Amino acid sequence: MTSIILLSIFGIVNLFLGFMKSKRVLLPIVMVFLAVALAAAVRDWGQLNTYFGNFNTMMNMDNFAVAFSSVMILSALFILPFSRSYAVGENANLAEYYSLLLFSLVGGIMMVTYENLLMLFLGIEIMSVSMYILAGSDKRNVLSNEASMKYFLMGAFFTGIILFGIALLYGATGSFSLPIISAAAQALEPGTAPLLLMGLLLVLVGITFKVGAAPFHFWTPDVYDGTPTIFTSYMSTVVKTAGIAAFYKLLSAAFGGVYEQWFPTVVAITVLTLVIGNVGAVAQTSFKRMLAYSSISHAGYLMIALTAFNERSENAILFYSLAYAVATIAAFGVLKYVSDARGSNDYEAFSGLGRTNPLLAFVMTVAMLSLAGIPLTGGFFGKLFLFSAALEQDMVWLIVVAVLMSAVGIYYYFRVIIAMYLRDAVAERVPVDSLGTFTLISLVVLTVIMGVLPGLFSGLL
Amino acid sequence: MNEIPEVIRTIPLNYYLYFSTALFVIGIIGVLTRRNAIIIFMCIELMLNSVNLLLTAFSAYRSDPNGQIFVFFIMAVAAAEVAVGLAIIVMIYRNLRSTDVNILNRLKW
Repeated sequence: MTSIILLSIFGIVNLFLGFMKSKRVLLPIVMVFLAVALAAAVRDWGQLNTYFGNFNTMMNMDNFAVAFSSVMILSALFILPFSRSYAVGENANLAEYYSLLLFSLVGGIMMVTYENLLMLFLGIEIMSVSMYILAGSDKRNVLSNEASMKYFLMGAFFTGIILFGIALLYGATGSFSLPIISAAAQALEPGTAPLLLMGLLLVLVGITFKVGAAPFHFWTPDVYDGTPTIFTSYMSTVVKTAGIAAFYKLLSAAFGGVYEQWFPTVVAITVLTLVIGNVGAVAQTSFKRMLAYSSISHAGYLMIALTAFNERSENAILFYSLAYAVATIAAFGVLKYVSDARGSNDYEAFSGLGRTNPLLAFVMTVAMLSLAGIPLTGGFFGKLFLFSAALEQDMVWLIVVAVLMSAVGIYYYFRVIIAMYLRDAVAERVPVDSLGTFTLISLVVLTVIMGVLPGLFSGLL
Repeated sequence: MNEIPEVIRTIPLNYYLYFSTALFVIGIIGVLTRRNAIIIFMCIELMLNSVNLLLTAFSAYRSDPNGQIFVFFIMAVAAAEVAVGLAIIVMIYRNLRSTDVNILNRLKW
């Protein structure tokens, strides 16, 4: 719980720090803030949440919540160093953007700790409203404006749908609290309770949108493409992790007893997401849009663990979200340097990077291998754990679909590797600052550690 | 003030359900068919208000204040969303001199 309070206070303090003349000190200060919040989150591990009386049973900081909030804060900590070039130039509102990042992290932590649907709604909104602004933070750029507008209109629309679902659930069960809903749902026999089923369906639709899974994925490519790269990487890691954890928590804590009722819907969403994400990514010419489709497909992989829904699921989701976040941040970090220097997000911009910037090309290669699920990287074990969770439920056909789709994934992930090593250089060396180099190297090291010693992270929950 | 839940209860609960579902569906149809960002935005507000009505009705019928407290949160969050949303619309209008969502077609697959 302390991490929520600390992050809120840090966000406000940070707004005041924006009055300082020098914008360069903001980045180290915000990184210290995040490190403190990370320490505060980790400190709650294994404690039976005695602080602040659990906010009157509104939230529950159990090990599940601590693990996912740590992944989110860690992702934010890795993303921030790439915002360094942001500090110079006309981006005078840097303090506000950092504060919004901190506030949206608060929303994200609320989304993984909620015990009450009210907190789920508030968490989603705190996170989303911050992201609407950050998506449009490049005010003079029409693409950024468009991304912000699309994200906002669609996001508010789906918030309305979630709310209607919550209202119907309240009508059917008489409470917003997850344990009470769980008991009432089992007592009601959902087959005979249209309000409960309809409410569950609407909430599922809304969260599916927030996670970016098909058939409500249509906003993802456009919004990811138009948003400034640094916030795109935030959206595709932190927001996705929060969404999938909230999804899992809703299904396990409130509707675990009525598994048969939601299983067909969730399995259909999973298959559709896997197919649309991977096939859509093949057709892209822009690397950034490819990463957007790849984030859809990874939402699909994560949802395999939701459909399996057994004691392995939590660990599998946690490991995969961490592996996916680390690799994605590395990919977006390299993309940011390349597109800043060469002015394009396309595959062509990466031509010959292996010769001009061997380090950047190596980092990108490791990230792509991890996303594709090649052994010796974190992504391989992530997929292995997800598939073994599904195998335990005898869902072989689902694993066959997922493996076929990851074969498709290899095609588009390797396109950028081919461009980097086999094409001739189109431009000069890409300049990289030392902090960024350090972060990229630590991301690679973390990916390899997860791929060589998966036991360190796999049995946490 | 005690009689307000009783006044609410003079109308059967099903009617509230039908009415707010109708309002909600009108909102959805508006979002899907209208092309002006501000009207789309008003339709979203209509959806949120239908939820408020439904929560209040359920709350009065169950004599449980939780539903009405939720309504306050929805109102507060909706106000925050209005502030951000109108700012985004103004930003678009400054750059493009229009609030028609059809001109937002630069990002496409």
